[in-house]
Amino acid sequence: MSLDKATVSRIARLARIRVTDVDLECLGDELTNILDWVEQLNQVDTVDVPPLTSVVEIQLPQRQDSVTDGARPDRVLGNAPETEEGFFVVPKVVE
Amino acid sequence: MTELTGLTLSEARDGLRVGDFTSRELTEAHNAAMERARPLNAMVLETADHALSMADSADKRISKGEGGLLEGIPIAIKDLFCTDGFRTTAGSHILDKFVPPYESTVTSNLWREGAVMLGKTNMDEFAMGSSNETSYFGPVENPWRRPGDTRSIVPGGSSGGSASIVAARAALAATGTDTGGSIRQPASFTGLVGLKPTYGRCSRWGIIAFASSLDQAGPLTRTVKDAAIMLTAMSGHDPKDSTSSDVPVPDFEAVLGGDVKGLRVGIPKEYRMEGLTEEINALWQRGIHWLEDAGAETREVALPHTKYALPAYYIVAPAEASSNLARYDGIRYGLRVEGDDLIDMYERTRAEGFGSEVRRRVMIGTYVLSAGYYDAYYLQAQKVRTLIARDFQHVFEDVDVLLTPTAPSEAFPTGEKSDDPIAMYFNDVFTVPASMAGLPGISVPVGLSQNGLPLGLQLIGKAFDEEMVLRVAEVLESVADFDSKPDKWWETAT
Repeated sequence: MSLDKATVSRIARLARIRVTDVDLECLGDELTNILDWVEQLNQVDTVDVPPLTSVVEIQLPQRQDSVTDGARPDRVLGNAPETEEGFFVVPKVVE
Repeated sequence: MTELTGLTLSEARDGLRVGDFTSRELTEAHNAAMERARPLNAMVLETADHALSMADSADKRISKGEGGLLEGIPIAIKDLFCTDGFRTTAGSHILDKFVPPYESTVTSNLWREGAVMLGKTNMDEFAMGSSNETSYFGPVENPWRRPGDTRSIVPGGSSGGSASIVAARAALAATGTDTGGSIRQPASFTGLVGLKPTYGRCSRWGIIAFASSLDQAGPLTRTVKDAAIMLTAMSGHDPKDSTSSDVPVPDFEAVLGGDVKGLRVGIPKEYRMEGLTEEINALWQRGIHWLEDAGAETREVALPHTKYALPAYYIVAPAEASSNLARYDGIRYGLRVEGDDLIDMYERTRAEGFGSEVRRRVMIGTYVLSAGYYDAYYLQAQKVRTLIARDFQHVFEDVDVLLTPTAPSEAFPTGEKSDDPIAMYFNDVFTVPASMAGLPGISVPVGLSQNGLPLGLQLIGKAFDEEMVLRVAEVLESVADFDSKPDKWWETAT
């Protein structure tokens, strides 16, 4: 199977990674090589085999839904590229 | 007195306890060695002053007869562990100015036990790589070179900086993380002991996530005993990681010193695969004979789905990575590249912030999880994973531990495999199966190749049976008696 430019472009869009037109082609070849290689998994008979979801046999623990941390806006915002009055700043999304 | 940087971790600990030297002296010696080792590019952050202040605190506790398991011991931390107030990058441009406001559980445990932080180690970007060539901060060099050859050799990856700095005798131990082999393979490439514990043994909280169902922290050390001491300090239940197991942590050092008489060692025949060099195969046979001579009983066992572990891994790991790395959006932390609108900003930020291997894996992961392909790829891979785990469960009914090579080759020259992703992925062919099943594995250095580079053998154990793995590893270490060290060419380099 070979990934065409339109498919690679769609994957890039879903992954939110900008890919230039020039790079679409070679990226398509690279991804195709990897997908061709993993194709061998189809040789395995997995009828009646459940998918593995966890390697450790544990029940997910539960805890009280209560506040255990907080009131440290400076620490939370400390790494943000842009902040204003205690908020993260994002580009305008509503006209 | 032996040079302080020539001591093992356990020797240094014993020397500190009886007052042969102070943690300050030990730390100063390692700070100096780390500075001289800069040509290796193993560190992305040196914290020499912080180390000295931690050492002074440790000395005070030691003088009062107090102190933890690692009191006063200088170690290095892979730059995937968040360290409060110290830049943590995951080897990526997208996090190259990130200063965490919190401390990972594993490093908290290490500081609680008195360890001293020398700095943060270089690594493949987001732990994606087997040669430490994908770091935004440049490749790491292996302290080992082929004799008479000045070409740079890779240290393996992704914990390549951790491996390189410990092998260079500039840290007594380092933390690593292992998703498909990222502790064990670099250990094999640099002549160290590398231990990946059972999934759930060490908390993942505060470790920057790559593939959450596989990621596990562990130590890189120069001896099996040092690995046991580090593991005891790093382990433990953590309510902040829901997959952290609430099982008792033994004193792993205390289980050492036993023998292997009567133990059953499985030799998986499927690991005798195409691409395994004759040299490594011979080394493996030697390892089998060593354990037999020490009184173990070896038997061939079958793990029929071994050949499917690597391709299944390269669906599962990128799928989880594509989900985990979705958080790097240029808004709350990390790099931001402005764009025409919100989506354009996301796309530019992630294109510039991620390197080529990370972009490739995020895209593979996105594709195999996308509508219409999920069942064919991801679900099938997770079913194959069940079969791989069952293979191991089955053989562990009959054997106590498995012996295999760690990697299919010795360390290779920088640049040799960087253009061929699948050839690079093949480095982890012997380490990935245990990762897929969540089992503990250790690489033990056992010899040198014809090219004068170190080679390791791997032991794989039952879930939460690190004690058995360590016990057999110590016997293997003692019989192999690997005592070669790299020439310190970097100390004379200009």
